Amino acid sequence: MWTWFHKLGSPPHFFRISGALLPWISSIAFLLMVLGIYGGLVLSPADYQQGDGFRIIYVHVPAAWLSMLAYVTMASAAGVGLVWRIKLAHAVAASCAVPGASFTFLALATGSIWGKPMWGTWWEWDARLTSELILLFLYLGYISLRNAFSDVSKADRASAVLALVGVVNIPIIHYSVTWWNTLHQGATVSKMAAPSISGSMLWPLLVSAIGFTLFFVALLFTRTRAEILMRERRTKWLTEVLEGT
Amino acid sequence: MQEFLYMGGYGGYVWSAFGLTAIVLIWNWVAARRAYAGAIRKLRARQESATGSNS
Repeated sequence: MWTWFHKLGSPPHFFRISGALLPWISSIAFLLMVLGIYGGLVLSPADYQQGDGFRIIYVHVPAAWLSMLAYVTMASAAGVGLVWRIKLAHAVAASCAVPGASFTFLALATGSIWGKPMWGTWWEWDARLTSELILLFLYLGYISLRNAFSDVSKADRASAVLALVGVVNIPIIHYSVTWWNTLHQGATVSKMAAPSISGSMLWPLLVSAIGFTLFFVALLFTRTRAEILMRERRTKWLTEVLEGT
Repeated sequence: MQEFLYMGGYGGYVWSAFGLTAIVLIWNWVAARRAYAGAIRKLRARQESATGSNS
């Protein structure tokens, strides 16, 4: 287990494995997203309260889920990089930021589009919405902090601290609908008891969420590979890889 | 088909949400691929200049 872990942590090994997995991950992600969206738009029945407007959840929920998953991945990788000084971990953390920021933007935007007909407003300073907006600013802060350094290892360390501090926001987002009396509805799927959504509406949501997650993995792999190429440009193994292609 | 696009009156909201999602996802894919292609290109250029100065 540890040797496997150690091997995966080495850039050449990750570069090879990720290159072999990428076509598979991207095609499965694409198929699941198409299936989930089709199920959500066509097969699933209209909601008894929200009519067809509820169908926005098939993109809103996966985007919101990924906005948090990407942040947790970024903060964990940054923490590992900071403590154990693993180069690959910093490359992974840096690769999470742009996809994470764009999914956060997407969650806010699709939520806002849903909010207009359902709540009668595009925006409300509600606990869930506000904490998600803070998440967007954390991502943007992380990205601009990285860009402020010309030295990669300094950028890695400074941005890792920011990522770790910002992680307190994640439980706040998740529990905001329970802790505060918010306008945003409570959890639909991730309940300990049975989810409060019927099966015919639920499966497209789960398929869509898995598809989006795999899509994020594909983005993360592609961006980490680009980071590795940039960071390892002076190494011999990379020269060999390039000559092989 | 007309009815499907109408979405029970929510058509404008539903389609703009899905359209925006498509744009963000495609942009992400293109941006990641471009970052990778750009890194390969830089590395190649670096290699060529290195071998050029050696010979």
